[in-house]
Amino acid sequence: MKMTPEQIAQYKGVFVFAQQVDNKVSTIAYELLGKAKELAESLETKEVTAVLIGSDVKSLADSLAEYGADKVIVVDDPELKEYRTEPYAHALSSVINEFKPEIVLVGATAIGRDLGPTVSARVETGLTADCTVLNIGDFPLVPVPGKEDEQLHGQLLMTRPAFGGNTIATIACPDNRPQMATVRPGVMQKITPVKGAKAEVIEFNPGFTPNDRYVTIKEVVKAVSDVKDIMDAKILVSGGRGVGSPENFKILEDLAEALGGQVSCSRAVVDAGWKPKDMQVGQTGKTVRPNLYVAVGISGAIQHVAGMEEADVIVAINKDEDAPIFDVADYGVVGDLNKIVPKLTEEIKAAKAAKLA
Amino acid sequence: MKVVVCIKQVPDTKGGVKFNPDGTLDRGAMLAIMNPDDKAGLEAALRLKDQYGAEVTVLTMGLPKATDVLREAMAMGADKGVLITDRVLGGADTWATSTTIAGALRNMEYDLIITGRQAIDGDTAQVGPQIAEHLGLPVISYAQEIKIDGDKVIVKRQYDDRYHMLESKMPCLITALSELNEPRYMTPGGIFDACAAEITTWGRADLKDVDDGNLGLNGSPTKIAKASDKVRKGAGEKVTPESPEEAVAYIVGKLDEKHII
Repeated sequence: MKMTPEQIAQYKGVFVFAQQVDNKVSTIAYELLGKAKELAESLETKEVTAVLIGSDVKSLADSLAEYGADKVIVVDDPELKEYRTEPYAHALSSVINEFKPEIVLVGATAIGRDLGPTVSARVETGLTADCTVLNIGDFPLVPVPGKEDEQLHGQLLMTRPAFGGNTIATIACPDNRPQMATVRPGVMQKITPVKGAKAEVIEFNPGFTPNDRYVTIKEVVKAVSDVKDIMDAKILVSGGRGVGSPENFKILEDLAEALGGQVSCSRAVVDAGWKPKDMQVGQTGKTVRPNLYVAVGISGAIQHVAGMEEADVIVAINKDEDAPIFDVADYGVVGDLNKIVPKLTEEIKAAKAAKLA
Repeated sequence: MKVVVCIKQVPDTKGGVKFNPDGTLDRGAMLAIMNPDDKAGLEAALRLKDQYGAEVTVLTMGLPKATDVLREAMAMGADKGVLITDRVLGGADTWATSTTIAGALRNMEYDLIITGRQAIDGDTAQVGPQIAEHLGLPVISYAQEIKIDGDKVIVKRQYDDRYHMLESKMPCLITALSELNEPRYMTPGGIFDACAAEITTWGRADLKDVDDGNLGLNGSPTKIAKASDKVRKGAGEKVTPESPEEAVAYIVGKLDEKHII
């Protein structure tokens, strides 16, 4: 299935699947545009294209332009109202076959992790899952002695954790195009939006004829949640099993409020039924990168650390001085959280009040 | 009704990960288990057997040692086991793995194919949807519930902030979440029978309509440029204050220093 160098040369530009749900652009789409812009700078064609798929979604193109899209390809069809694998895979793979991008980025969401593999198999290329680092470089990284001229340049190097975050691998897709990756939400940085920016909008409809692969949606049930997404929080106060009880999360909520942040938690807390899954940080939860992460009563299992180690400042409070969380904390305090946290809340309130005065 | 469940033998990452001196994973030193999502998929299939008398076949690809998980599945109640093993299939990425499994499935009869959503070693969630693509089947990923209604299957499909109740014609492929159910234990009689049961073993020659260029390491479009232990951020300061007041003063001082408050 390898392509010839002539075939590969036809593929140009960086494309982003601009996920939308209920006609609202998902944050991951803006994150991918930020990364795509950076990658495009290192490539021959500097162009970033967003692929917007849905029903009555054309009006979303402007916001994609503000976050860095030079072009927006809109596939608009009533069949695309809600996400379903087949019509969406048909839409995205038709765009790829028509426009031939060299890179396609898809969010590693519950949608993208279904769409990505289906599309990559349909257009017959490789796909690297759940990437946390993307850059442009050489493959192999170091030329094979005597075969220096065989080293390929301008390749997408895709880095991802595996084995529960214990190992990390960098993967290339040298002989096929496009080079496809799904990217973990919360990892890439969106750009500061450029107000009033406009993109060239291209409407494209490959035709949608329902067949047996079109599943029927019998019912859509949305989870009710008035809690802000922890991935958007600048400050997180995160609790683990050491907090002791669901009631005792109150002291964390008070601290979060004093700091102007939110509460998140570890998997142990979700497994115990104390907090819902959308508050969970870690390998099987969410990846967060707040300015401040206060880990309270969290031992710091490798899977948890994988989801928060990118925080700018990490403070850990734990009574076990050997807790692995201290290996990643900038400031570790060994002590009793029940005594420290309420006092910390008071002091922070006082310090903030003093600054305002 | 015929159900094929695709299962994978994986190292148990829960028990800690062991490395060789060169930094590669020491699979031999780690316990091998049936991948949890796959086990939930198997349980779902066995419930269809209990309810509708479905015939359940388990299929795996791997080294000959992978027959262990097939026997475990049969001890739980699966009727047949098929192992795909061949040196030329080694080093496969998700594309080459899915073309291999699709090649085996073309020799089999099925109304439903169930795979786990993802395996705990690679965590890619790619092989299930890719098998469906190679076979031209509808796919429903992230299944939380599976029900049969005549020649249709009804599946509760999980998304980040919602779920959809989906209906698909069979045959179709479903990827199962470990939350789907609590897998049953092997029975003593099942273990006895499974030890004696015959496992069908297929090699490269038994795969139908698959090009050599799509198999094994050579047929894998993704190539590993580098693999290493994760380099972690070093530890910062750790203090053991005499009193809560001292602890609080320390934290507030640092947050102030960093301009967070």
